[in-house]
Amino acid sequence: MTVTLESGLRLHPQVALRPEPFGALAYHYGNRRLVFLKHPDVVSVVRELERHDTVGETLEACGVAALRWPSFVKALDSLHESDVICERDS
Amino acid sequence: MSVQSLVSQLKAGLDAPICLTWELTYACNLQCVHCLSSSGQRDPRELTTAEAKRVLDELHDLQVFYINIGGGEPMVRRDFFELLEYSIGRGIGVKFSTNGAFIDPDKARRLTSMDYLDIQISLDGIDAITNDAVRGVGSYAMARRAMENLAAADFGPFKISVVVTRHNVAQLDSFKALADSYGAQLRVTRLRPSGRGADSWHDLHPTNAQQRQIYEWLLAHGDNVLTGDSFFHLNALGESLPGLNMCGAGRVVCLIDPIGDVYACPFVIHDQFKAGSVRDEGGFARVWKQSPLFLELREPQSAGACGSCGSWDACQGGCMAAKFFTGLPLDGPDPECVGGEGEHALAGVSAGAAPRPQMDHTKPHTARRLIPVSAG
Repeated sequence: MTVTLESGLRLHPQVALRPEPFGALAYHYGNRRLVFLKHPDVVSVVRELERHDTVGETLEACGVAALRWPSFVKALDSLHESDVICERDS
Repeated sequence: MSVQSLVSQLKAGLDAPICLTWELTYACNLQCVHCLSSSGQRDPRELTTAEAKRVLDELHDLQVFYINIGGGEPMVRRDFFELLEYSIGRGIGVKFSTNGAFIDPDKARRLTSMDYLDIQISLDGIDAITNDAVRGVGSYAMARRAMENLAAADFGPFKISVVVTRHNVAQLDSFKALADSYGAQLRVTRLRPSGRGADSWHDLHPTNAQQRQIYEWLLAHGDNVLTGDSFFHLNALGESLPGLNMCGAGRVVCLIDPIGDVYACPFVIHDQFKAGSVRDEGGFARVWKQSPLFLELREPQSAGACGSCGSWDACQGGCMAAKFFTGLPLDGPDPECVGGEGEHALAGVSAGAAPRPQMDHTKPHTARRLIPVSAG
């Protein structure tokens, strides 16, 4: 699956986020992978995903300027690829 | 953010370590000649079960995701399973290193039933002759038996951990085949002149030609082989190996030793790199966040004598511990500098000038075994 503004996503249930000066560290207890979230805004969006139906609504709620949405969708897509986030009903 | 700017962030230190090694005991049934912690006998001051649990509580609060447990032989501790279960119960995954002596079929089944647990079995030769010369008589059979027991219990992909020496470089393909045969994962790391390794390093460390062989092998297999990022000094040979390519000591890495002392990394058990103790007021968190040693390591480091070398960005001057215990300045070349600078520098270190590792727990009857005995 490719993440779009319409996707419904959440933090993967086996992933823990730890705040760090550069953003956050995500650790997946299942595949033991460590992923660096290198922007504080991406971290807030990832934390908020669950509270909104779609990626678009989350970005809106987090006050991310529309101009930056494509790069956020790309970032979320790569986090989905590495199983940091997953589809809501999976 | 580019990889480079991430690395510069990491060099400035994290709020908590990513890779924390905790050596649970200095007691060990083996006496490997390259043991980083000179283990053998238990230290009477070792942390009690209650103290160890308090440390785990702290690591939980700091959101340390997992810890690397070692020793000594950690399974020697009577509370080993209690601590393992407590850690995992607090959301701290465990990866532990063992020589396998105590993984019988029963223990293998018990270990298999636990989540968030990785096991690393040490093996330093593909046959008993190569392995036992370093790890002691019977240790090859011991490790293989543990692997068989884990496989029979369906543990899944355990790890086989190899310290690369002059005598096993040629066996890398065979180690990989052995790991594959168990569905296991191979981990290869660099030999350090730490602990008893200070005495054996000169005879065991790979030759310059072998360094290139290791580099090429890792380039070809690196994605499927774990290295703990320990070979970044080889990056001066060309394309970078997978990994962060930096020394994490005191920045993203540290060691808690069996008596609770906190060192910058597992390879520097020496007062100069001791940051404090988990028994101090403020516990581990205060040591990690405020110890003058760790704060200093998080400052930009000087390239020193390597500053004029075009490869410094690639190799970062190599390993602090390797320099320290071979008597080289910390802001100069690694003793295994692939440009040959280490060899020159080593030639200038007078005999006995290198700092001695501390906290020697070698059993008395084997303490002298590296010194040749002349007959008559």
